[in-house]
Amino acid sequence: MTFQQVALSLAEGFLENCRLFIETLLFSIPLGLIISFGSMSKFKPLSMLIKVIVWCIRGTPLMLQLFVVFYVPGLVFGVPMRNRMLAALVAFVINYACYFSEIFRGGIESISKGQYEAGQVLGLSKSQIFFKIILLQVTKRIMPPMSNEIITLVKDTSLARVIAVSEILLAAERFAGKGLIWPLFFTGVYFLVFCGGLTLLFGYIEKKMSYFN
Amino acid sequence: MPVLEVKNIKKSFGKTEVLKDIGFSLEKGEVLSIIGSSGSGKTTLLRCLNFLETADEGSISVNGKVIFDASAEKKLTEAEISENRLHFGLVFQSFNLFPQYNVLENITLAPTLLKRGTPEQIKEEALALIERVGLSEKIENYPCQLSGGQQQRVAIARALAMKPDILCFDEPTSALDPELTGEVLKVIRDLKSSDSTMIVVTHEMEFARSVSDKVIFMADGVIEEMGTPKEVFENPKSLKTKNFLNKVD
Repeated sequence: MTFQQVALSLAEGFLENCRLFIETLLFSIPLGLIISFGSMSKFKPLSMLIKVIVWCIRGTPLMLQLFVVFYVPGLVFGVPMRNRMLAALVAFVINYACYFSEIFRGGIESISKGQYEAGQVLGLSKSQIFFKIILLQVTKRIMPPMSNEIITLVKDTSLARVIAVSEILLAAERFAGKGLIWPLFFTGVYFLVFCGGLTLLFGYIEKKMSYFN
Repeated sequence: MPVLEVKNIKKSFGKTEVLKDIGFSLEKGEVLSIIGSSGSGKTTLLRCLNFLETADEGSISVNGKVIFDASAEKKLTEAEISENRLHFGLVFQSFNLFPQYNVLENITLAPTLLKRGTPEQIKEEALALIERVGLSEKIENYPCQLSGGQQQRVAIARALAMKPDILCFDEPTSALDPELTGEVLKVIRDLKSSDSTMIVVTHEMEFARSVSDKVIFMADGVIEEMGTPKEVFENPKSLKTKNFLNKVD
């Protein structure tokens, strides 16, 4: 086995990690925003329900949630989950949406009441106030915790291995099974490069928004 | 016909009665100063006029049209409130400029979103307002690059951009360093000469005395004394007013 063959095979696995990463972000950020609105709702039963759900998701291991999403449909409802990637995606989206929702809630609640009132007295509607005044200020404030979570997500995608999604660590383990151990360690390079790129990106975004406070 | 007529406004927060039967009227172009110690209900009154609080009882009419009536059976919808509150502008104690927008954008944001004219018209009017508050050199600056006095002048221009019938100021100079209050008070003084109807909640007695047509002294949620600056400041009838004026002088 040449180095190139191994690297290519690992890259194929990492492509699955990247796919899971991007799709998770794509769905969990809007879902997280909806959940954060739910948890801030003045309708108590709704906000209580959301808080219980967030507690359950944040209070149990992501690995357990992967097992639940993958096995429960088959065991309980007799409809086995055939698509492993889909199962992983569902578990990741729910898990990350809950974490994101708490970051969003913190960000939204940190904006002073005066910003809303200034919009109100100018005759703006609630959605105009949120999208035109509040959202960008929230985005700026939540960038540091969000970049933390997003970088954690990159590495968490490897957990999908437990339901046999053919991601990079699973590929490396196959080599290990054949007696080739170094590819297992070499996977770290992929993660390092990817996270390095993200770190630069977040640094750039934070700098872009440093013109106001 | 008075431009503003406020009748029997009452407001409680829990068991605390903050406003107990407030009523007054204002003619077009008049400036009303509301003075009184902290907790007397001045700010709550302004907030009721601007629909930031909903009065429990009473009514508010602008130009003869009732825009708020607590006894009405039908509650006002969100859209009606947005519409009605445009009769009033409000300048906050803490400015509340939008930090991510520059001076010009802060002023054009609401007229643009509410489609109050073509983009060119809106910009032109905003530039005229900025000139009026003396900040023509700062149109592209962001709020964090301005002093408190400059921020408050932008906030005044922003409120004026919606052309309110009545412009309210909630202690506009209380958050400013003493040396910056002058520039803000000067802008308000200049507005008076241009016939704007204004209500100013203030602790600046000298300003209230010189600029107002009418002064209200509030204490414990009631109008303790109302009259011309001369009447209230030089011949106060109520003991509470006398005590208050003695303390602040």
